[in-house]
Order: sequence, then C-alpha cells, then structure tokens
Amino acid sequence: MQDMSGFPLELTGENKPMVSFRKVRKSYGSLTVLDDLDLDVSAGEMVSIIGPSGSGKTTVLRMLMTLEEINGGVIYVDGKPLTHMEKNGVLVPANERYLHSRRSDIGMCFQHFNLFPHMTALENCMEGPVQVLGLSKAEARDRSEELLEMVGMIAKKDQHPSRLSGGQQQRVAIARALAMRPKVMLFDEVTSALDPEVIGEVTNVIRQLVSEHNLTMLMVTHQMGFALDISDRVCFFYGGKIEEQGRPADLFGNPQRERTQQFLSAVKEAV
Amino acid sequence: MNIFEFAVQYWPRLAAGTGMTVAQFFLAAILGVAIALVMGLMKLSSSKLLRGTAVTYIEIFRGTSLLVQLYWIFFVLPLFGFSIDKFTAGYVAVGMNIGGYGAELVRGGILSVPKGQWEAALAINMSPAQRMRRIILPQALVNMLPPWGNLMIELLKGTALVSLISVADLMFETKQINGSTFLSAQAFGAALIIYYILARFMVTPFMRWLEAFMARKMGRA
Amino acid sequence: MFDWKWEFAWEILPRLVSATGNTLLAAGAGYGIALVLGLALAVAQRTQYRVLTFAVREIVEFVRSTPLLLQIFFVFYVGPQFGIRLSPWTSGMIAIGVHYACYLSEVYRGGIDSVPKGQWEAATALNMTTVQKYRRVIIPQAIPPALSGMGNYLVGIFKDTPMLSVIGVAELIHTANAIGSEHYRFLEPFTMVGIIFLAISLPAAGLIRLFEGRVRLKLGLK
Ligand SMILES: Nc1ncnc2c1ncn2[C@@H]1O[C@H](COP(=O)(O)OP(=O)(O)OP(=O)(O)O)[C@@H](O)[C@H]1O
Ligand SMILES: [Mg+2]
Repeated sequence: MQDMSGFPLELTGENKPMVSFRKVRKSYGSLTVLDDLDLDVSAGEMVSIIGPSGSGKTTVLRMLMTLEEINGGVIYVDGKPLTHMEKNGVLVPANERYLHSRRSDIGMCFQHFNLFPHMTALENCMEGPVQVLGLSKAEARDRSEELLEMVGMIAKKDQHPSRLSGGQQQRVAIARALAMRPKVMLFDEVTSALDPEVIGEVTNVIRQLVSEHNLTMLMVTHQMGFALDISDRVCFFYGGKIEEQGRPADLFGNPQRERTQQFLSAVKEAV
Repeated sequence: MNIFEFAVQYWPRLAAGTGMTVAQFFLAAILGVAIALVMGLMKLSSSKLLRGTAVTYIEIFRGTSLLVQLYWIFFVLPLFGFSIDKFTAGYVAVGMNIGGYGAELVRGGILSVPKGQWEAALAINMSPAQRMRRIILPQALVNMLPPWGNLMIELLKGTALVSLISVADLMFETKQINGSTFLSAQAFGAALIIYYILARFMVTPFMRWLEAFMARKMGRA
Repeated sequence: MFDWKWEFAWEILPRLVSATGNTLLAAGAGYGIALVLGLALAVAQRTQYRVLTFAVREIVEFVRSTPLLLQIFFVFYVGPQFGIRLSPWTSGMIAIGVHYACYLSEVYRGGIDSVPKGQWEAATALNMTTVQKYRRVIIPQAIPPALSGMGNYLVGIFKDTPMLSVIGVAELIHTANAIGSEHYRFLEPFTMVGIIFLAISLPAAGLIRLFEGRVRLKLGLK
C-alpha cells in the first residue's frame, strides 16, 4: 500500500492549478512509462506536449481522462483529487462511482476521432448532454447546433460520420467533447490522421477555442509550428519525464537541454 | 441414488450405447466428408448439370431438418424399394446432412486459395485434376479445418437423433434406463456428461491436432 | 411418383398447415428467449468478475457440445423427479431457448469484439455508465456484424423444432407421425413436411439477408 500522507485531500489557495499531476507513476508490467511526473496546469492555460514516439505523451492524457489507471501519485482536477477519493480522512483509489462524478470536468479528442458511426453529427453531439448530463433534447440540440456552427459543421449536422472527411469528423468530435462543457480539454494528435490539406480546418478551430474561450487545454502534437503559435507553455517529454518546459518562444528558440536540441533539429530536418 | 452409484450400476448399458454412438459418429463422418468433397467440387464445376445437382443437394439437406431427413430415409425410402436397416439409415442420414454443410466449407476453402496458386500450377502444365489434387486441395484443407471442427461437434450431437429410429446409441440406452427406473436426473445427467467428454476431450482435441498437423505439413507453423 | 396419392395429400394438408403454425410459434418463442438470454450470457462474459465469466464460459461450452435432443429430455423429465411438472411446451421452450442462447452469445461476443476500442474510450470520455455504453454505443454497432449469424440461428432453431416432437409438442413432425400411424401411410406426410421446411427456410434465408442490408443502412453503417 502506497503512503498517501504527502498528498493533500484538496488543493486550496488563490492560484490553485486546474490540473495537477503529483508524483504520478505509470507502468505496464515491468515497463515504466511515466516516472514521478509532476505537472501543474493553471486554469485557462494551453499546454502543448511534444516529444519522441513512446515518450509517454498519450499516456499523460489518457490517465487524465481516466482511461488508464495510475500506479502511483495523485492527479487533481479543479482542486479535488481525480484518481483518488477521500475515505475517513485519507485518500484511497477512486471507485467507478466517484470517477463518474468527476469525469464530466474533462473532455477529450482522439487521434482517430472515435465518432459513433451509427449516429449523425448532431446526434453524436447531443448524446452526452442528453444521456449523461440529463439535459432535455431541445436544450441539447440548441447547445450542439451552436457548437457545430462554431466548428463550421452545421450544414452537415444530419450526416453520419462515414459520409464526412477526416477533417470534418474531427471538427464534429471537438464539438461533441465541448458539448459536455468540460473544464479541461485534451487533444491527442488530433491532426495526425488527417490529410495535409485539411489539417488547417481543425487547427483553426482549436485556435479559435484558445482565443475566445477560457478553457484549460492539454494538447499532444507533432506540429511544432502550431504549438509555437498557440501554446502558453510547451513541455518536452523524454523517456517518461518532462525533460524541459517553458514558453514556446524560449523552448523552440533557445532549448537548454541537449535532448531537446536533438529532437527539435531532427524534427526540423524531417520538414 | 447419486450419479456415481448410478454409473456403477448401469455402466455396461451406458458403455454399449456410447460404443454405438461412436460407431455412428465415425461412419457418418466418413460419409459426410466424402459427400462434402464431391458436392463442394461439383458446385464449383463448370458443368451446369453437376452444379445444379450439387446446389439441389445442398439446399435440400441444409434447408430441412435432420430429423425429417432421417424419418424420410427410414420410413419412406423402403416404399421405393430401398429397404434399409435402422443402423444404416442412422449414419446415412447424419452423414448426408453433414455432407450438405461440409460442401459449403469445401467450396469456401477452395475459393480461399489465392488465384496465383491456380496460375502457377497451370504454368507448370499440370492437368486440371492434378492442379486440384496436388496444389489446391491441400491448401484449401488447411484453410477449412477450423470450421470443420465445429461441424464435427454438430455431427456428434446429430447422432443422438438415431435413437428415434431405435438405434441403440447412448441417447437410446439413456431413455430406456430412464423409462424403467425413473432416475431421470442421473440417467440424462450421465449422458450429458458422456457427450460432453466425447466432444470436448476427444473430437475437439483431435480436430485441433489435425489442424496443427496439417499446418506443419504445409510449412505454415 | 410411385405410390403418391394426391387425394390423401390434399386431405391431410390442413392438419399440416396448422402444425406449421405450431412449428413457427415454437421457433419464434424459442428464438425470443435465445435473443435475450444470449445477450445476457455474452455481457456476463465481459464483466470483471472472474468467477462469473469463467462459470458462464463453461456452461456455454457444455450446452453447445451436448445434443439438444438430450437437453429436451433432461428438462422435461428431471423436473417431475423433484416435484416440478413442466408442460411439453414450457420444457421445450426452455431447452431450445437456452441451447440457442448459448450459440447466440458467441455471435454477440463476436459482434461486441468487433467494435473498436476507441468507441469504448469515446463513451468513457463522455462519462457514460457501463449500461449506457452498451445500450447507446456498443450494442448498436455490435448487432450489424452479428446479424448474419443471428439469422442463421433463426433458421437453425426453426429446423430444430422437430425435436420437440419427442416430448409431445404438436409441431410438424409430430403431426406427420400421427397421420402416418393413423393411415399407415408415411410417404405423403413426411415428404410434405420436408417441402414445407424447404419452402420456409429457403426464402427466410433470403429475407434475412435483405433485412441485414436494411439495418446497416438505417444505422448509417455502409
Ligand atoms: N496498453 C499498453 N500496454 C503496454 N505498453 C503500452 C501500452 N500503451 C502504451 N504502452 C507503452 O507506453 C509507452 C508510452 O506510450 P505513449 O502512447 O504514451 O507514447 P507517445 O509519447 O504517445 O508516443 P507516440 O508519439 O508514438 O504516440 C510506449 O513505450 C508504449 O509502448
Ligand atoms: Mg501518442
């Protein structure tokens, strides 16, 4: 049993982070994927995560979405523990019921969209609000249509995903996640599965989110230019650790660590 | 009387019935495989007549019930002058029925062999019969063995129907014992267990072994 | 044909037609039980309760490897030994329903397994409960690939209903048998039963394929 005494039951204070990873460990069998990860993200901050393949970027987002259990440490969201819950004054691993009460704070967009193929674009967006949040159909429809409008997909709202291009599907997926009104949005390589000519339509939506909404966002990306443009902070992952992090201009313009330099020059060469 | 005491007392009859079931199973399996091969190949033939015959056979035997076929063969065929004893009627009906299902597996297996194999065999100037026998069928066999495993279980279960024309198989003996003792749970329970052992620990392992054996022979493992 | 008597065939036709009704009823009711119970057996094998998963797996294997005929006898005769008397129809429906539930559970399992992992994850990201995930996301996608298997077993259950005759359910074979022993003529009744089976199961197979296409279209899956 892990000693939980170092972890507070709640984060307090003026500047408490929206998301906080505290000594988070993740391993698959003998393979340690993340090692004592500490990462705080403030409310409204946009953090980009970059790094070589297999460095644990996706794993960070999946743990936050509760798609993976963690093997050590605690993740806090909006001041309250996410991976753990209080029981008689101590933190114990969260049960499914507790997770259910917290998960709606977080939304996620996937590399392969994962839209529900048997529902139209609009139905995809309405599904969570109606089934999970208990909104009326009319309310959910208004909310979903507004979001589909925002991502430029209102004209295709009655199409099934199989009739949409990758870029269009990804925009619907973003609207679907936003329809749950999450406090934190996660993007895992949302442009990696797209044809080059439609990447722009998705990045523009994210750009718009950053400028017009005060969402907290974590984004894994291989598009360095995009990360440079829109992030408040960039984290470079290497071997399950944050090797270096900082303002985008600093990290891209003047990387301090050798591995960061190597990675960035390798990426530049590839382009 | 618990099931063990029951087994001790009635084992000779259960064993005799099991022996009959196994005999029916083997004879029906041989007949079924032979029919499946012939009908499967005929359905792929370019001759309309052969193809039509195969389609008719397959549709009739897959479209009606095994029990209907069994009764027809046993009660109706003699009216046409083919007198047939119950032992033969039993495995013939089961075999012919399984042959209809097997024919589709044979056909599917043959179609699953890549076109390049036909062409390669043609390129070394093999006759159509040689092509089929030496090149296509062996590969088709490996591809279709897994579904044959399921079909063999169906065949084993199908043999239980022969009890209804009084072939003294396991099902028949069980019913007789039940009729004279009224120990239904023990009698039918014991039979269920015996069928299960035959299916799970004999037929299935044998088919798995055959799959592995054929795959090895074909250099696929 | 040799000794075929049209007059006799004509005379027994009404009885066979009404027996066909019973056969269809038995097939339909048995299939209804199998559809629902099969889904429960499939989902039970996907829970995290190891003991339950293992037990259900073994039961399904057992039922699938033993003859339906024997199971019908078992259900019908074992009850009375313990003071539970079941009518032929009830025991028949239990036996055939459970038997085909085990087959259908495998079909459902295949369908559920064919739903990509990302669909489960997207449903989790929307904070759905397990029941909501199955009902709203997984099952609708698991059904289309399962349809052809489900259709095959519908025809299968129809063809297995003659076994119910052994406990006295008055379906086709039972009726044909009765007619045969009353008139000492088996040619017409058994042949006609065969033809009735063909006349139903062949078009049914075609209809099922048609229906399959419809469902896929309706769910927007190409
Ligand atoms: N389910 C799993 N079982 C075993 N190992 C896993 C599993 N998922 C991820 N891993 C391993 O964890 C490590 C980190 O994976 P992760 O997907 O987080 O990498 P990533 O940084 O997102 O890489 P990429 O840029 O290729 O997407 C990798 O070594 C991967 O092989
Ligand atoms: Mg990744």
